[in-house]
Amino acid sequence: MKTFPTPETLRRFPFGLADIVVILGTLVLLAIIAKLGQGTLVTFRPPDVLPTVDLGVENLVYYTGRSTLRMFIALFCSTVFTLVYGYIAANSVKAERIMIPLLDILQSVPVLGFLSITVTGFIALFPGSLLGLEAASIFAIFTSQVWNMTFSFYQSLKTVPKELQEAAVLYQLSGWQKFVKLEVPSATIGLLWNAMMSFGGGWFFVTASEAISVLNQEYTLPGIGSYLAMAITQENMMALGEALVAMTIMIILVDQFFWRPLIAWSDKFRLEQSASVNVIESWVYDILTTARIPTLVAQSLTPFSDRVNEILSALSKPSKQDKKTVSSNSETIYNITLWLILGILIALILHFIISTVGIGEIFRVLGLGFLTLLRVTFLLIFATLIWTPIGVAIGFNPKLANFLQPVVQFLASFPANFIFPFATLFFIRFNISLGWGSILLMALGAQWYILFNSIAGAQSIPTDLREMSQDIGLKGWQRWQKLIIPGIFSAWVTGGVTASGGAWNASIIAEVVSWGSNTLVAEGLGSYITKATEMGDWPRIALGIAIMSLFVVGINRLFWRKLYQLAEEKYHL
Amino acid sequence: MTQTETLISVEKVSKSFPLPDGKGEFTVLKDINLTINSGEVVALLGRSGSGKSTLLRIMAGLIPPSQGRVLSNGVPLNGSNSDVAMVFQSFALLPWLTVQENVELGLEAQGVKRAERGRKALKAIDLVGLDGFESAYPKELSGGMKQRVGFARAFVLQPQVLFMDEPFSALDVLTSENLRGEIDDLWNAQTFPSQSILIVTHNIEEAVFLADRIIILGSNPGIIRGDVKVDLPRSRDRNSEEFKDLVNYIYTAMTNPQIEVMDQKTITSDTTSSITESPYTYPLPHVRVGGISGLLELIVEQKDGIDDIPILAERLQLAVDDLLPILDGAVLLGFAEVADGDIKLTDIGEDFATTTILRSKDIFRQQVLKRVPIFNSILQTLREKRNGSMRADFFLDLWDDYFPKAEAERQFATAIDWGRYGELFEYDASEERLYLSELQTQ
Repeated sequence: MKTFPTPETLRRFPFGLADIVVILGTLVLLAIIAKLGQGTLVTFRPPDVLPTVDLGVENLVYYTGRSTLRMFIALFCSTVFTLVYGYIAANSVKAERIMIPLLDILQSVPVLGFLSITVTGFIALFPGSLLGLEAASIFAIFTSQVWNMTFSFYQSLKTVPKELQEAAVLYQLSGWQKFVKLEVPSATIGLLWNAMMSFGGGWFFVTASEAISVLNQEYTLPGIGSYLAMAITQENMMALGEALVAMTIMIILVDQFFWRPLIAWSDKFRLEQSASVNVIESWVYDILTTARIPTLVAQSLTPFSDRVNEILSALSKPSKQDKKTVSSNSETIYNITLWLILGILIALILHFIISTVGIGEIFRVLGLGFLTLLRVTFLLIFATLIWTPIGVAIGFNPKLANFLQPVVQFLASFPANFIFPFATLFFIRFNISLGWGSILLMALGAQWYILFNSIAGAQSIPTDLREMSQDIGLKGWQRWQKLIIPGIFSAWVTGGVTASGGAWNASIIAEVVSWGSNTLVAEGLGSYITKATEMGDWPRIALGIAIMSLFVVGINRLFWRKLYQLAEEKYHL
Repeated sequence: MTQTETLISVEKVSKSFPLPDGKGEFTVLKDINLTINSGEVVALLGRSGSGKSTLLRIMAGLIPPSQGRVLSNGVPLNGSNSDVAMVFQSFALLPWLTVQENVELGLEAQGVKRAERGRKALKAIDLVGLDGFESAYPKELSGGMKQRVGFARAFVLQPQVLFMDEPFSALDVLTSENLRGEIDDLWNAQTFPSQSILIVTHNIEEAVFLADRIIILGSNPGIIRGDVKVDLPRSRDRNSEEFKDLVNYIYTAMTNPQIEVMDQKTITSDTTSSITESPYTYPLPHVRVGGISGLLELIVEQKDGIDDIPILAERLQLAVDDLLPILDGAVLLGFAEVADGDIKLTDIGEDFATTTILRSKDIFRQQVLKRVPIFNSILQTLREKRNGSMRADFFLDLWDDYFPKAEAERQFATAIDWGRYGELFEYDASEERLYLSELQTQ
């Protein structure tokens, strides 16, 4: 099935088709960005001048474009942040000791929870312009994707093969040369995959952050998320369906035109020195490599880029000095300072919370946290029971797996809040309490990680082992117990961590849902944060976020990390 | 090159790494003195754990010595040594750069302009016979070709001394033979891009084939045991009697850590004087029991149970690093004796190799208890406990006192393998506990 010409046939055109396509494509892209960019500078003076959202297909295209532009700006910021933060953390022992635990905690903070804080902050930063809201939304997407990417980059930097490091030192590469020739390339594949997954998760946050009520004030930012919100308040089924279709098309377009070409290109950064077996193909990438224009442009820029490289290399000469060992004395002082700062911070937060809401509230919120924990646990168990058998069945069937894996990946990146209205209607119609219903809502986004990883896990079980199990007649539960569960365990743990993190985050919008004037609420930590945010109750927002972070960090440490170790030691295939 | 000059000199260099939990230090290299002169090929030969790679890296300025210093052209080294270029065992090529870009890497770091860089790189690529592969990526090349790129990358810098860290050991036999021969030809033709070569290897034949001087390192701690001059005409004929004699001689030296290496400087490593120390100080050779019995079964088929070690190594396609621990194990257990490059089975060894599996376990157990004190010590500890069991940490801690963490764990793993085979004790990996075996509790 080849819809698009192969590079070979394309190459037959002298300066032809591919080049024209590339030139036109570039022009169209620039025009779209310019058009979308204009909208961000609209005046905004709450409460008098507010941007509005019109339901209508012709506007929907524009709104989807606006949301997508936000996604890409956030991705750009995340990439820059990742490169800087990851580089510093990997190259300075002292910085590493603060930066990595900090990253661990930031990763667990519910993004939607502190949207209220950032919205007020950014609006104050850009008075009289929509840029403040715009920035707050971008910031929300940024925080949802950046920690993962930074971790991946840091990990790659830490695992650059030792002999390559030695070669770089011995051949006197400057800091800049080492960065662009060794460190970034060796991290590229991991970083790209992570960015792609995080980007998929970002759709959820862009839609959730475009229409948000903070401090009793509805903020609306033109985009597909606010379009959706408007459709919900107007109970407009038609518009809802259109938004769904628009979202689907956009996710596919971004995948085809952005991620696939990048992934195809990144194959050359594979560290194993043998050609890889299954290469991801991308027709866009094929066109780009066939066209001469990109090469010509690159060639004409060579003298310039050479010059830049020389200057940056001169600025980062390799140090001739041996690394001095740190004296244990200054080490102790450094440690004590760290602990002191940490202690003061915790004391300050505790003081703020206790002096405003009291100790009793803390216990109440802890109780709510357990309610939400119960929901997350339920979700994980049910998602596992339902999706692992299906995932394993798919994974054992290579043809099916190749076909379905991108579909599942798409489902995972599809923002679950688009489905919420349908589910809400269903709950209202059949009188289902949101206490149970919210589990389903949270699962809408989280379950796919379990399915996705079950497929991957099943695929990783060697055929030999499967044939052996058949040969000796393992059947049913025995087969699961001896072969499948141990075989997919590592993959399941990865899926479980991601699903549980996603579910906690989703609880903030899943425990309060509305359809028109009907609003359903479930008791839990998520709804607590949402209510506090609506009322602008700062101490309660802080308390809610702190407790939720505590839950997520605690469960990661006590539960998931243990499972990870078990997976590494015992069930490593 | 009429007059020889000293290019690199190593003065009283020692290197030690801290042991885990602040239990002192583990000495990898001790009191090393060494010079590399212009116009010579020097081989550093030693078994694994002799610190030969560490020494090479200290001389390259990649890691600092704990004591002593390295002079390059008379100047003390501080940071990486810019007078040398290295060829790595794993090639260390950047997979995302083409052959030419990889070769240009060092020149680019020196700030050489693009045109000049290209010209020099192409010349070096030509020299190693990779003409036409300039724009290929490493993953498209075979192992031998990859290492050629590694050589070109080093050649293009025209270093004073070319360092090679086991450059042929990741290649298959034929490829490494071929490449080694070509490097030798280049050297003999007097057109070599560096003034000297320092090669680290564990392959004795390779050392004798290439080097003018072989420096033999002893293990635990790494010291220079001897400095053997190779006075054979280049290029060397492997089948000549002199070549074979020298190889045999070095094999004997390496299988017997206590004998003196005769030639110029002679230092004897003295391991017999410290018997009173803890049994945990003596490293077990890292070899599985199956390896020992496999070897013995091969030798028992030979006439009089005697085999020539170099021939044996060639027949088994095993490098010194793989073969010597097996020989060590056999000797330690009293199954064989090593002399003059030959291995000869003892009576017990012959019995062990030919009897049934059950009886061979009995023999093994008896020999282990008689000749390897650590097993008596472990058994005693287990017997003292009422339930006859002890956690693994306890023993690991004892090894930790004398070895770095990774080595302590390898020692432990070897001891477990031997103990299980001899049915002395059992080990439960999930509980991480040792149990006295039923046989021993009665």
